[in-house]
Amino acid sequence: MAEEPHKPGARPLSPFLTIYRWPITMATSITHRMTGVALAGGMIVITWWLWAAANGPQPYNAFVDLITTPLGQIVVFGFVWSLAYHTVNGMRHLAWDVGYGFEITTANLTGILVFAVSLLLAAAGFAMAWFGLGGYYQ
Amino acid sequence: MSLETPLHKAQGLGSAHSGVGHFWTQRITAVALIPLAIWFGISALGLVGAREASVLIFLSNPLNAVLMAAFILIALYHMALGLQEIILDYIPHPGFKFFLMLVNYGFALAIAGACVFSLLRIAVAT
Repeated sequence: MAEEPHKPGARPLSPFLTIYRWPITMATSITHRMTGVALAGGMIVITWWLWAAANGPQPYNAFVDLITTPLGQIVVFGFVWSLAYHTVNGMRHLAWDVGYGFEITTANLTGILVFAVSLLLAAAGFAMAWFGLGGYYQ
Repeated sequence: MSLETPLHKAQGLGSAHSGVGHFWTQRITAVALIPLAIWFGISALGLVGAREASVLIFLSNPLNAVLMAAFILIALYHMALGLQEIILDYIPHPGFKFFLMLVNYGFALAIAGACVFSLLRIAVAT
């Protein structure tokens, strides 16, 4: 760490993550990776869902029973928010790739927007499901 | 004076011999996944509380089956590229790195197989 006295001849070290005060752009970047990894786990849930549906009512009902438990709902909310976040922040990354939104004020603003919009999308989806506005394809 | 051979320059693959392939494929899949993820979200919300029979009717529709397969397969490709980037960034040990790369692509292929098999089974059975 930076405070430790350097040994004679030791090369200078650049500060690690724990030294910085987190800017919003750093938080969005790390969250993008974390939601990406979470979505890889989400692929297992999707596979489980399709596999259960293909194997008859009993496996399907067992899957539904599992994801409607409180813990299951937390996992599903995490998946839904991760998908929303990764999609919305992904658009922000694509905008950067074509050269837009690099101003510090713009990047900070879009960073806050990404958190707000993704949470809103996930909450709206869950609210619709809970208040009976989902299930329109039955 | 450049020491780069004309052939190497024309191929444009750089020192890693893969050029911008990884970067470019990641962006192409990302763009494709925007509408597919929106479609998936709308579909999943539409199937909340549905019985198995309703899910089968939804997934046996050819358009829905193809879109579901496209979403899953493109997402898995995008996932494998992204996880590869994370593994290369954080795992310094060459052997463990190689092992995780195998796990990464093996996982993507296994999930792809299971999902496509399930969708086909639903399409044939319904």
